Amino acid sequence: MKIIRIALLILLLAAFIAFPLVFSDPAITEVAVFTLFFAAAASGWNIFSGYTGYIALGHAVYFGVGAYAMALLCQDLNIPAGYTPFLLLPVAGLIAAAFAVPLGWIALRTRRHTFVVITIATFFIMQLMAYNLRFITQGSAGLSLPIPFDWSADFFNLPFYYVALAILLLALGTSWWVRNSKYGLGLLAIRDDEDRALGLGVKTGPFKLIAFVLSAFFVGMIGGLHAYFNGSIFPPFAFDALFDVAIALMAFLGGMGTLFGPILGALILVPAQQYLTIISGETGYNLIMYGVLFLVIILLLPQGIIPTLGKMWHKWVARRSIKEIPPAVATTTAQEALVTESTAKKDEVNL
Amino acid sequence: MSLLESENISKAFGGIHALDTCSIIVEEGTITGLIGPNGSGKTTLFNIITGYERSDTGIVRFNGHTITNSTPDKVFRLGIGRTFQLTRIFPRMTVLENMHVAAQRQGTRALLSRWSSKHEQKRALELLDFVGITQLKDMPAENLSYGQKKLLEFAFILIAEPQVILLDEPAGGINPVMIAQLSERIRTLNKQGVTFLVVEHNMEFVMGLCNTVTVLHRGTKIAEGVPGEVRNNPAVLEAYLGD
Amino acid sequence: MANLIIEAVITGILTGGVYALMSSGLTLIFGVMEIINIAQGALVILGAYLSFWLQDNFHIDILVGLLITMPIMFMLGLLIEVAFIRPLKRNRTMLSILVTFAIAMIIEGVLTRQAGATYVQLNAWYVTASFKIGGFYLPYIYIFGFLLSVVLLSGLYVLLYRTKFGYSLRASMQNRTAAELIGIDVERVSAITFGIGVALAAAGGVAFGATNLFNPNSHYDLISRLLVIIVLGGLGSLRGALVASVALLVIGDVTAVVWSPVWSSTVFFMILVITLLVRPQGLFGQLEGRKQ
Repeated sequence: MKIIRIALLILLLAAFIAFPLVFSDPAITEVAVFTLFFAAAASGWNIFSGYTGYIALGHAVYFGVGAYAMALLCQDLNIPAGYTPFLLLPVAGLIAAAFAVPLGWIALRTRRHTFVVITIATFFIMQLMAYNLRFITQGSAGLSLPIPFDWSADFFNLPFYYVALAILLLALGTSWWVRNSKYGLGLLAIRDDEDRALGLGVKTGPFKLIAFVLSAFFVGMIGGLHAYFNGSIFPPFAFDALFDVAIALMAFLGGMGTLFGPILGALILVPAQQYLTIISGETGYNLIMYGVLFLVIILLLPQGIIPTLGKMWHKWVARRSIKEIPPAVATTTAQEALVTESTAKKDEVNL
Repeated sequence: MSLLESENISKAFGGIHALDTCSIIVEEGTITGLIGPNGSGKTTLFNIITGYERSDTGIVRFNGHTITNSTPDKVFRLGIGRTFQLTRIFPRMTVLENMHVAAQRQGTRALLSRWSSKHEQKRALELLDFVGITQLKDMPAENLSYGQKKLLEFAFILIAEPQVILLDEPAGGINPVMIAQLSERIRTLNKQGVTFLVVEHNMEFVMGLCNTVTVLHRGTKIAEGVPGEVRNNPAVLEAYLGD
Repeated sequence: MANLIIEAVITGILTGGVYALMSSGLTLIFGVMEIINIAQGALVILGAYLSFWLQDNFHIDILVGLLITMPIMFMLGLLIEVAFIRPLKRNRTMLSILVTFAIAMIIEGVLTRQAGATYVQLNAWYVTASFKIGGFYLPYIYIFGFLLSVVLLSGLYVLLYRTKFGYSLRASMQNRTAAELIGIDVERVSAITFGIGVALAAAGGVAFGATNLFNPNSHYDLISRLLVIIVLGGLGSLRGALVASVALLVIGDVTAVVWSPVWSSTVFFMILVITLLVRPQGLFGQLEGRKQ
């Protein structure tokens, strides 16, 4: 079973690597590049929100910081266009992560709904800063990045595709490693019952912050990459509220807290959104369609695709083995049948 | 010097005095019962000892050290475990994963490695066996029955090898067969050196299991002694009947 | 300078009242249903457009038009709650945010198609006419908007504290399970509460639309402010929404005068962040986290 899984994954990876070489039409590869951008960002976001259950709707901040970091670094260090800027991506990511430390620490002092709102508020603050701190960001005029003019139109998307793929694999690998570590176990415990986890020795504060910073790192790198891909950035591009909702929806669609969920979500939603934009053309219409798509997804698949498939699989397996209840379970079930649920006792709370 | 003691703990919620200069003692190696009518402050006292609530005044001491108002994780790491009246386990995680959350590790490197070491796995399975739910190890905890969840909670406290365990109504809502098994397990662990402080309403359970019983009423201690004494103490009778 | 500050304080208080009206619906919905209605901003804008449409086509005064728009929006609120919120069972926090965001997008899309992206503003004699007070001119609409808020919020108070329904609503806010146990139909209460919240948005729409240029995209900025207000005031606290609205608007307006309009918005959000550092539950809210 495990060998089949590994073989499938390798096949999948090969498909991803071969894709732009097979489907070389720049219009298609461009959609592919965006898909990978979002897949990586959503995977990064999932490391925090998927595992801890804290919904952060302000990660566009880190995207923006990464974008501006990239632009400013290229400018100040006189980086030429070409492959060199790609080397700066980890730096952009680290700068975004650095921002995430204080911002995350502040936000994580709150819980649930308040947390969501404070991440949104942080986003708006940073967006306003981008507009107003002109001496750094040039305000609404924006900044430009080096443009590799010597890359032909056919070739242009390829380096970005492979770099995005690399970031995605890094995010995926990190996600996998976190999931299987004692640290990740702690995060999942926080998601289920944070105070109980604390009472069992889990260092909830540092755990949450580290996940938050990790996710910001990946989103920041994508911000830098997207900035370079675009050639120029300005505040509404770098700090875009829809970005937050998009990655949240993708992670959610595929399955929050799963490894491949965010990627699956991106694979479905990015091409869909691009397609909708093309066929609707007129403004307003694509918003309506996107909104309706959202609603349909949320109402029909409240758990996300992968968990829903997983549940269906378990049901199918259970139905097949219903004749084979192990004796131990049967005994316990009989025992439990004697349980007199004393609801009155259960609901008493002694002060 | 007792293992665990609270000295003059007071706690008010708005106008209600949940605890009023409450002083209790838990001697090492005992199974101490904590009883009292509803509203006497038992769960609040537990919450304060384990750091889930702050006391207004008073001191909590463990092994001679003052631990008043520590955070819950510190309290647990010092060696005090507790269960909750309404069981608190991790519903979306499997039984085995639940066990491992409480397994303590030292150092950052340990955190980064796999969530279950051979040694921890062995210990977790041993404990699941001890409480009798080994066969459920891969089941999501939310699918367990009420009684099974109680057993799981009991088991995962044990994996950290606490010195003292605070049990909040362990016998609540489970059948007599299981209650008897629970008593047995507590006795076994006690013989191995674990101290217990048990809040319970089930008098038979308390009187049969505990070496000494402390009675709370309206937030303060009104009696203390061996079960036989306490059972016949007029103040205690009045507290229960009067309410 | 002092004059300008006084003017800023006065306009701040008056517009604060209007924001209180818009955010009271939002915090009420949270209090009863524990969900954050991201569509509240879009619903305000929708209300504004409805009033605009009534005025443009039928020459109905915008305040009078409320007698039509508020019931319509109330029904819309009921519809939204029953169709899109009630089906959410697990993971309501996140799902309701995404659902209401989707609804906001749909509203924005519909409005963009119908009305285009040009900025408009509601009109009436009291929008353009102003009276002199102190050393400056104050458009009547500011007073009318404030009075509208006072009337409606007082009405809300009466509803909450003097009617049977209000009793059910308050009970549901305090303890949903207990309310169910004593026979309150919590689902019905939720639907009606949502309807009320949306109806209040309609009223807010008139006041907002008459004092600001708006277009379908304006709801982003608006909802971000409303969210800040209800969190600062404490989620679920009406008193908090009122205090936070006035406080934030006054501080914002004064900042615009003393420092620069550019920083006024930033200050708005900064105050929230600073307050939450000291008091994570907001001014009148309750700490989250379970101790059992």
